[in-house]
Amino acid sequence: MTAVFDDVSSGTKKLTIGQAVNRALADELAADESVMLQGEDIGALGGVYRVTEGLAARFGSHRVVDSPLGEAGIVGTSIGLAQAGMRPVAEIQFDGFVYPAFDQIVSQLAKLHSRFRGTQQFPVTIRLPYGGGIGSVEHHSESPEVYFAHTAGLKVVTYSNAHDAYWVTRAAIQSADPIILLEPKKHYFVRSDVDFDNPITDPFATVEVRPGKDATLLAWGPQVATALAAAEAGVEDGYDLQVLDIRGMSPLDINTIANAVKTTGRAVVVHEASTFAGFGAEISAGLMEHAFLSLEAPVQRVGGYHMPYPPSRLEQDYLPSVDRILDAVDTTFTY
Amino acid sequence: MSTISSPTGHQLPEEAIGILSADGFIDPTDAAQAFVEDATAIGHERVAEMYRLMAHTRRIDQEGVNLQRQGQLVLWTPSIGQEAAQAGAVTALEDRDWIFPTYREHVMARGRGIPNENIFDFFRGAVHGGWDPNAYNMQPYTVVLGAQVLHATGYAWGMAQQQRGWTDARRRDEGRVAIACFGDGASTQGGVHEAMVFAASFDAPVVFFVQNNYWAISTPFEVQSKVPLFKRAQGYGFDGFAVDGNDPIATAAVMDRAVEHARRGKGPVLVEAHTYRMGAHTTADDPTKYRTKEEEQAHAQGDPMVRTEAYLRRRFDYTDAFFNEVQVEADEIAATLRDKIVDAPDTVSLRDQFDLVYAEGHSLVEAQAAEFDRWMEGEDA
Repeated sequence: MTAVFDDVSSGTKKLTIGQAVNRALADELAADESVMLQGEDIGALGGVYRVTEGLAARFGSHRVVDSPLGEAGIVGTSIGLAQAGMRPVAEIQFDGFVYPAFDQIVSQLAKLHSRFRGTQQFPVTIRLPYGGGIGSVEHHSESPEVYFAHTAGLKVVTYSNAHDAYWVTRAAIQSADPIILLEPKKHYFVRSDVDFDNPITDPFATVEVRPGKDATLLAWGPQVATALAAAEAGVEDGYDLQVLDIRGMSPLDINTIANAVKTTGRAVVVHEASTFAGFGAEISAGLMEHAFLSLEAPVQRVGGYHMPYPPSRLEQDYLPSVDRILDAVDTTFTY
Repeated sequence: MSTISSPTGHQLPEEAIGILSADGFIDPTDAAQAFVEDATAIGHERVAEMYRLMAHTRRIDQEGVNLQRQGQLVLWTPSIGQEAAQAGAVTALEDRDWIFPTYREHVMARGRGIPNENIFDFFRGAVHGGWDPNAYNMQPYTVVLGAQVLHATGYAWGMAQQQRGWTDARRRDEGRVAIACFGDGASTQGGVHEAMVFAASFDAPVVFFVQNNYWAISTPFEVQSKVPLFKRAQGYGFDGFAVDGNDPIATAAVMDRAVEHARRGKGPVLVEAHTYRMGAHTTADDPTKYRTKEEEQAHAQGDPMVRTEAYLRRRFDYTDAFFNEVQVEADEIAATLRDKIVDAPDTVSLRDQFDLVYAEGHSLVEAQAAEFDRWMEGEDA
């Protein structure tokens, strides 16, 4: 991946998700002196995925900071930096490395705005590459979204394409609230159009990425691509499947989701984390509350099994697949 | 490890800086030579100010225990015994400096002018904060041990960022320092370690102020650490000092120097104030289960109030008139506080809490707040 900051952010460009994030970070660093990045290996190396490549050289190692190795330290000092008037963007290198920072995120960052009774904002963005299917070792393939969505005081958001990557990242950094920004790392190198003249109006909105009338597939981040592939494959089976891309998990755009499912009557939620108490359970409950009379079948969930994320040679059997999604769609037609 | 007997009843590390004997004579330890001049130059006004803070706070401490026993507070965390350490620290700071406390820094909170009832609001379960932190440059009490040490470090790092290129004069006049308070119990938390690593890496102007009161609830210090805590600083690459924390002028002199060091952009400092938790950990604690009366009596001889009073009398000819006056003030403060706390109404409602979760709103929280309003209206009907 090469840095793209030499280009002007206007017009429409075909970028990878990683490049779009790089551009968003650069544009925020340029726009606001108080923005600073910290994380392990994000400086000279440009991050293990090179997402921050070139930023330290352009903005200085005091604004794009190689942190000592310690996730609690990265998040805990980001809280203090925010209190000092900075706008810190912290990178956690991999999903499975976020837990040493868990206390700082859920007991401190999430609660400080309330504890301060609203007199202090904590505009901390935590960039968290997540998801599996990358053929890596343990702790590099997890989907911890539900831990954070469950925690009041945090906002949780993700995206599935380069355009959204750019605009959601910029919105996250500009937000006055703490943001857990989940980055679909399997797709860092996937290219799509970024329209720099067309900001997204609500980064937390759920958006339809494929219309359809028979059933609604609900996915986010890395699984949007799988859902779209399933919808495409479903055509052969005679299905016309709608796909929704859920960006915001907190807040969750349940109205858009419920309205969509009311038109199809059938819903399949797709995610990588264990389905038990996973985020799909919240969506399913939300559909019960908001679309019950329109449902033709119970909401189906396709996701990880209740086991630690498996060794990478086994992950293709663990992750949602086109066949498992279509099987779940079939199930919705058996009621 | 070599140790020296101290007026506190501890065997202090031989590097400990102490100036005063238990009865208020100037009797410096070997390690104190470099601080004797500064400590003895501290004027009577500051010593009297420290004494006043200590005496008033101790009286309020008693009220805290009483009010908890009477069901007015959910909990109280006495600072009794640690007053000199805190008074020395808080009087070393400028108002613009930030204090990041644990939940026992009552002398420091009061030294910042935080109203007593605001401190008590936290302990009566009215609010999680209690005061407006930005009005006093003091964070709310933090209950998860050591978490605030990273916040202090981050804040100081932010100061270092903003003070890049400042002249020495500007640093002296405008530079801000963070003071990270924690105890021997919190000293073993991983976050405290990471804070010291980050502070050293980025020359953050933070003073790590550890009050070693020798008990982490029931866990004695020797379980927490085999070496005095100030020695850890060397491993991180900055200076560490041990001070007799029951000696107000020794603590003040050491903290003055530590704060000055940080303010000048020379990086962090660790100060370990050796003191003793004379009371219980909290009102829910029972020290008779794990420590002896003999130990408590030995430490009572090192009472920082007694020593400060003796020093004021010997060195500055303070008389009964002053000490009686302070006691009258303390009783008045306690009575006023009692009146404000006993059967005090809620200052905020659950409805208010909805508006505090996010700065920029959240559709779910807004929907729940509306639902809560409907519920409460129905309840009233």
